[in-house]
Amino acid sequence: MQAQPAFLWGDYMLNVIWTVILISSFTYSFFAGTVDETVTSLLESGKTSVEFMLKTGAVMVMWSGFMEVAKKSGFTGVISHVLSPFIRKVFKGIEKKSEEENLISTNLAANMMGLSNAATPLGMKAMKKLSEKSDGKTATDNMCMLCIINCASLQLIPSTLIAMRSASESASPGEITVPIWIVSSLTLIFAIILAKFMERKSGK
Amino acid sequence: MKLSSDLIIPIMILLILIFAVSKKTDVYSSFTMGLKDGASSFLKICPALFALFICVGVFRASGLSDFLCTLLSPVTSFLKFPKDLLPFAILRPVSGSGSLVFAQDIFTRFGPDSFEGRAVSIMMGSTETTFYTASVYFAASETKNIRHTIKCALIADVFSMAISILVTRLYYY
Repeated sequence: MQAQPAFLWGDYMLNVIWTVILISSFTYSFFAGTVDETVTSLLESGKTSVEFMLKTGAVMVMWSGFMEVAKKSGFTGVISHVLSPFIRKVFKGIEKKSEEENLISTNLAANMMGLSNAATPLGMKAMKKLSEKSDGKTATDNMCMLCIINCASLQLIPSTLIAMRSASESASPGEITVPIWIVSSLTLIFAIILAKFMERKSGK
Repeated sequence: MKLSSDLIIPIMILLILIFAVSKKTDVYSSFTMGLKDGASSFLKICPALFALFICVGVFRASGLSDFLCTLLSPVTSFLKFPKDLLPFAILRPVSGSGSLVFAQDIFTRFGPDSFEGRAVSIMMGSTETTFYTASVYFAASETKNIRHTIKCALIADVFSMAISILVTRLYYY
């Protein structure tokens, strides 16, 4: 089961953002004379969201079926094996075949396969393992790096997007895959170099 | 190049299936198990999606969204950034469901195969919900001081979005 963190910045921000956007939109509509459109949209957004859930949700669920097959057959394991040398280069003091290496590589492999349900608990485990080498309060370089790499988003198949694009009747839902690979890899390289640079500056 | 992108889905599925068969995996039961997992995790985000569709719908219909985008258009046009993608770009690191709904809004308005549609796809595919990821991962370790993590990840997000626009232009046009 996925452990819930005590405090989510994302959730907290969303509480503020959601409320502020609604209040300011309704207020703005009084001045802009768009009250009718706003109310219509409010009443219809339920329909829009259910449509989205049916059309896009169905394709997303289908992908998780294929990804489960990939996980069960050990396909993800192959990817994590390929990633190991790269992990020993980017992270500091990770021994070959160590538990850290294994946790990080399976976390990244699960992310690449779009298995976010599997990736998150693995990432949390990896983080916990890495934190054993910290003083308990301050994150080590490796911990920061793991989070930064995960934030760079590496996905072999952008399944959610393919689902959304096909539901929106794209002529070619998968055509964005190669450009996404290009941007993701460039971002990853940039993020790693930046992290290496910043970890020296931010001290321990 | 464009043909190869169309072939990626069938090739990946073939690869997964052939690999699974060669490893004697129960393909069908794994697939249905995955569907079950997928459905339950999708159901979990449904309330958030519903709430956010309302928010985005009202934000757009009131005209406030256009008003703010026009207000900021000197900045976006200076950066050569499509102004309609600005709300998406701002929300992306904060909320996964929120940016999903904004991306869907772009697809509905411009179509998924328009410049905006492609750019928003690439931006979404190559970034993560930075704040969410950081809070979940670091919550596990009980670390208070996470040093440069957020700053670095956010700069990488900005970089990624800029590159997305560039790649969309070069790749398709």
